[in-house]
Amino acid sequence: MTYSASELMVAAAARMLADGEVTFVGIGLPNLACNLARRMHAPNLVLIYESGAVGASPDRLPISIGDPALVTDSLSVCSMYDIFNNYLQGGRIDVGFLQGAQIDRFGNLNTTVVGDYDAPSVRLPGSGGACEIAILAKKVLVIAPQSKRSFPERVDFVTSPGFLNGPGRRAVLGMPGGGPAAVITNLGCYGFVDGEMTLESLHPGCSIDEVRANIGWDVRIADRIDDTPAPTGEELRIIREELDPLHLYI
Amino acid sequence: MSMADAIGRYVHDGDTIVIEGFTHLISFAAAHEIIRQKRRDLVACRLTPDLVYDQLIGAGCVRKLVFSWAGNPGAGPLYALRRAIEERVPHAIEIEEYSHFGMVARLTAGASKLPFFPLRDYAGSDLPLVNPRIRQIECPFTGERLAAVPALNPDTAIVHVQRADRDGNAQIWGLLGVQKEAAFAARNVIIVAEEIVDEAVIRSDPNRTLIPGFIVHAVVHEPFGCHPSYAQGFYDRDNEFYVAWREISKDRARFEAYLDEWVYGVADRSDYAAKMLDRWRDLTAADRPCEPVNYGY
Repeated sequence: MTYSASELMVAAAARMLADGEVTFVGIGLPNLACNLARRMHAPNLVLIYESGAVGASPDRLPISIGDPALVTDSLSVCSMYDIFNNYLQGGRIDVGFLQGAQIDRFGNLNTTVVGDYDAPSVRLPGSGGACEIAILAKKVLVIAPQSKRSFPERVDFVTSPGFLNGPGRRAVLGMPGGGPAAVITNLGCYGFVDGEMTLESLHPGCSIDEVRANIGWDVRIADRIDDTPAPTGEELRIIREELDPLHLYI
Repeated sequence: MSMADAIGRYVHDGDTIVIEGFTHLISFAAAHEIIRQKRRDLVACRLTPDLVYDQLIGAGCVRKLVFSWAGNPGAGPLYALRRAIEERVPHAIEIEEYSHFGMVARLTAGASKLPFFPLRDYAGSDLPLVNPRIRQIECPFTGERLAAVPALNPDTAIVHVQRADRDGNAQIWGLLGVQKEAAFAARNVIIVAEEIVDEAVIRSDPNRTLIPGFIVHAVVHEPFGCHPSYAQGFYDRDNEFYVAWREISKDRARFEAYLDEWVYGVADRSDYAAKMLDRWRDLTAADRPCEPVNYGY
């Protein structure tokens, strides 16, 4: 069965979520991944959106992080003070999903500016909740299509810190969360070894040469490279028919 | 009070204002009245300055923007904001940016009348390098380094709610955002309500009251006052309009034409609502009442 890169990324991310985990969800592919996991192997995954919906069970694809469908049928709806203070800073979030216009070798993310802050070539939306999710969530998963431009060796601006400039730096700064655990791109999946992004699996049909051609530094490659499993027919059916029937993100 | 009177009395040139509502309950009606009354030099604060502040900025009302996420949710950038930053059109604006937690913390400090709020945030981020108001403090008990952000006490907060009584006792359900913190932090509070109900209705469900009338200065009855944002249980978000805004705001002439037709070209919100009756039918919320609870003893 054929599938798009986005569908594969969604399925790969979904499989990284364990049943019962509490996840801080973002709009777009992370939302699809979390809702796919909940329908497959992780029915007790708790979906939390920064807008205040806890244990959300959306019956339509949320277009924004504050979609009313996140409220209807959720377990709890609370203020943003509760979400950031009690849930996130209180250490209740197992997995935070982040995206970024740029991500670098040490998993630092930029959603603020491309170029100089005072005279940017592209002004991006800014942090939203990303900075604190990166610092406080027990682990962070990133879904991002890769290119040399979007995967530079060093981001132009650190909006959301990963491992900063290498291992140990998070601990020195007293950051409670574990930092980035995985990056899922259109070519492969990366883990982090000594704080550095490390290729661990290749998607079907993708090569290490392609990975190297689309990343801004001499990327570390794990000793053993697995094949990312292709999405199954059931996963694709759920994504296409139940989660994103208008194909807005896939 | 009419919206025109409320804005006339509580929003002045140079004021620091907050129109809150996280996706939900955003008072576009108030923003449009501010544009009509040609307020200038506002310091406009809001976690997500989406379309509502893009309109204020493009209309020339804003001197400084204080925010944590500036985009058109699900539909791209805010072009009027970008024109102001990149081309100084209609004039340059200052920006001061935080993360969401930072903005929530600022309003919480403001509501508590504390000078700052501590949070375990910003370590390793470049945000403190470009915003000197994000600082570090040492915990007096543990010695731990924490971030601190200053209180935000706006001159006026404008908060849309589903229902309120005549005194401004205000009830919200669905996403709560920072509506409560914004109201308690502000010197003046304008409550804008979809529905004005008897005090007995408020008293029948006191847990749902987020803002007490005694901190409220003006109560405005403004049905459909959030469009294109939404009010849970009343009407859905007009996602088509958010997508359409991308093209409207991209082009300065189309932006002006929009203001001429939908802001300057209508007398008030009821006029605006009457112009889009068909749209209301599509957006009207389905029924999903909750199980009643027993407040008896």
